[in-house]
Amino acid sequence: MAQQQAFILNGVETAVASEADTPLLYVLSDELALQGPRFGCGLAQCGSCSVLLDGVEVRACVTPLSAVLGRDVRTLEGLPSLYAETAGLDEVPEYTPLQTAIIEEQAIQCGYCYNGMIIKATELLNNNPSPTEAEVRAALNGHLCRCGTYPGLIRAVLKAAGSGGELA
Amino acid sequence: MKTRAVVSLSRRDLLKAGGALVVTFPFAPMLFAQSRQAQPGPPDANSIDSWIAIHSDNTATIYIGFAELGQGCSTALLQFAAEELDMDMQQLRTVGLDTHVTPNQGGTYSSSAMRRGGPQVQRAAAEARQALLSMAAEQLAEPVENLSVDKGVVFIRGSNNPALRYGDLVGDRQFNITFTGSAPLKDPASYRVVASPLPRHDIPLKAKGTYPYMQHQRLPGMLHGRIVRPPGQSAYRHGIQLVSLDESSIDGIDARAVVKGNFVGVVAQREWDAVRAAAVLQVEWDLPATLPGNDNLFSRMQAAPTNDRIARDEGDVSLFDTAAVKSVFSATGPYQAHVPFAPNCALADVTENSALVLCSTQDVYGTRNNIAGLLGLEPAQVRVQYHEGAGTFGHSCWDDVAQAAAVMSQHVGAPVRVQFMRADEHGWDTYGPAHIGRMQASADAQGKLLTYEYEGWQHHWSLVDTTLQTANGVAASEWPAMAAQQINPLVLGGMYNIPNIKLLNHHVDGLDYLKGAWLRSPLDLSFTFVSEQCIDDLAWQLGQDPCEFRRRNIRDDRWLGVLDAAAQAAGWQSGPAAANLNNDDIVRGRGIGLGTHLASWGGAVADIEVNKRTGQVRILHLYGAIDAGLTVNPSNVENQITGQLVQTASRMLLEEVLFDQYSVTSTDWNSYPILRIMDCPQITPVIVQRKNEPPMGAGEEVMAAAAAAIANAFFDATGKRMTMYPFTPARVLQALA
Ligand code: FES
Ligand code: FES
Repeated sequence: MAQQQAFILNGVETAVASEADTPLLYVLSDELALQGPRFGCGLAQCGSCSVLLDGVEVRACVTPLSAVLGRDVRTLEGLPSLYAETAGLDEVPEYTPLQTAIIEEQAIQCGYCYNGMIIKATELLNNNPSPTEAEVRAALNGHLCRCGTYPGLIRAVLKAAGSGGELA
Repeated sequence: MKTRAVVSLSRRDLLKAGGALVVTFPFAPMLFAQSRQAQPGPPDANSIDSWIAIHSDNTATIYIGFAELGQGCSTALLQFAAEELDMDMQQLRTVGLDTHVTPNQGGTYSSSAMRRGGPQVQRAAAEARQALLSMAAEQLAEPVENLSVDKGVVFIRGSNNPALRYGDLVGDRQFNITFTGSAPLKDPASYRVVASPLPRHDIPLKAKGTYPYMQHQRLPGMLHGRIVRPPGQSAYRHGIQLVSLDESSIDGIDARAVVKGNFVGVVAQREWDAVRAAAVLQVEWDLPATLPGNDNLFSRMQAAPTNDRIARDEGDVSLFDTAAVKSVFSATGPYQAHVPFAPNCALADVTENSALVLCSTQDVYGTRNNIAGLLGLEPAQVRVQYHEGAGTFGHSCWDDVAQAAAVMSQHVGAPVRVQFMRADEHGWDTYGPAHIGRMQASADAQGKLLTYEYEGWQHHWSLVDTTLQTANGVAASEWPAMAAQQINPLVLGGMYNIPNIKLLNHHVDGLDYLKGAWLRSPLDLSFTFVSEQCIDDLAWQLGQDPCEFRRRNIRDDRWLGVLDAAAQAAGWQSGPAAANLNNDDIVRGRGIGLGTHLASWGGAVADIEVNKRTGQVRILHLYGAIDAGLTVNPSNVENQITGQLVQTASRMLLEEVLFDQYSVTSTDWNSYPILRIMDCPQITPVIVQRKNEPPMGAGEEVMAAAAAAIANAFFDATGKRMTMYPFTPARVLQALA
């Protein structure tokens, strides 16, 4: 059994037993049974496994556990509580405004890529609360969607940012 | 007069039409509730109980035999049930596809969910309502005509007091009545639920991250498995030939190899160990030169002996020789891959006399037969459950991965979960087959089509998946001839009145090529890439507007409807193509096209930009119109059109499976790129709603039109025609040279 190692997962100190060289993705989805970060390529090419590490989007499939020890890992599951913290809400909402916009726009098809889409768009909105359409596209360009839901996704991100949700 | 309502729904209209889009869907967590005794299916399709269960709490479960592929069909099919039962969507739920639970409605193919499944669910619901009302009439001693139903509550006409509820009549008991299909259906004019853009019930869970994908399924005592193969496939006939394997190469890892015939895999307690072991296991393969490589693909196909069949032959195509205007055009389409965003995954638990298999098949009963054959079990001993994975768009590797999990589970005597890695899915896909099309067509001086001749070369789909081929030594073979793998008379000239037409199919034996299968709108993009460019060329030679030329030759109202809808949405300006050629580096063009798959009608307009210096093509805007008869859920169909247009842009600009003489070399997103968000065009989906026509497919029927529109836009911009796609900079520069 590996020695005790821990990181902050969605605001909670979490100890895990996986070997230190295990990619974070397998720690999250197997040992911790999370469903947000998920396998897509294992090659840092698609964005399926994205999480926020100290607020920055990283690919969990190529990030070893050893690189996140003691640090702040935020997965899709922890975005509503992160939003509540930053917005100073007393209660954690069921969805962040971005997730609500995605549902309202019915942007999703299979939805498998939306873990990465939501993580990356959250990072964008945290750094740039009112992005232009070009900025949204640039930020999300490293995230693939095979179902071709980009137009609805762009509308949803702009809507969540208060830009009205219409394409320019 | 036929109704032809061209409905262009903007997002805002949608919101109005659908009322407030709810953010929570109260019944979603019960989506996969299995509420009845499971036993080997299929359940008797002639019994109403196989389709519908009414519960004591006045809710109902609808058993649907179609896979939710992210296209929203489970929501749309429930709309039919809610309509005919006079219940609310909130009172209905459905269950996951399962050979022990759900009826056999055939696979979810060819946009069949609405076309085949819609009427079945609708009739079953109508019959259940009829039975419920006659029970109510008896209990209340009132004639049926005096009863009405709202949200599953029965009222006696003239009274506002509920008399009784469906749940009181049969609550959780069986109907025990035969499904005759004879109960009268609602008048489409009275639809409340059908034809409304209701929000999909799976979306909130998917946004939240709690939707249970196939990749999230686990079984107690389960091991993680990975397959070990060469990184890309060789010729189908060759399969995989294992020479030697050195198991000591994974000694340092807590994993072991599983070998059966030429099938190689690894299993491990921990997933990362399985991934590492598969990567480092030393295996030697026999890899002779079995493939033509991309460069010699089409010459080999054209030189091959073929099995020929005439698909359509009317009039006298030799009139071409003396026609006023003639066009001769040949072009090719590449192999293209399904490559779902997440590679396929499956979980199998095989014992001596049973097998449970969880996977993302589009056809649970078909997969059950495959697995039974693979394992030497009877179909009734095998239970297959469908769990949604990433959007698949046809036959990706779901059967192969399910078989791999079953083989490994049988071998090690424990449940095994196999996740294909990226190269397994990219490199071992059953690709959409390559195509060669050769066409000549002619028109009279007024612009009436006179002759149309088309010859097409392609191979069929692969019948035996790689796991079955390697583990059991079953020889490669192809599917028998069927419509979607041959030249398609609906797409090839079927939209026009042509007095003299001949379509000739050349079937090339596929065993010496890559594995093939249906990829969304099978072959149609390649067909219209040839045909609609040739038609466009006739219009151009006549100096006529390409839209007007098509209108003049159009076959019927349905085709005219989608042509006009797309043109109108795009604000089409009449005039001949390529009339504004100039010497600028960056030029723009607009094109139009028609096409479909095996049913429904599609029309599209494309705006593109070509950089003549770099060869870079950008697609700026795609407009796509579909007439799918009755559109049950316009919001779903709008999303489907959007997805089809974006995917068509990707397929026309970027997608081509690369291979040398030895194997496929497109094994990841770098070697087989797809469209990224920066390059995503503006999209305008248009629905031609026809409430009185039967519902048809809307999941693939505008792609062929859009492919043609893009090709024709290239000509409008440059005065040159592309004869190969995808439009890579090298090909574009060659065409312009
Ligand atoms: S799975 Fe990590 S980027 Fe694709
Ligand atoms: S919604 Fe299916 S991959 Fe993006």
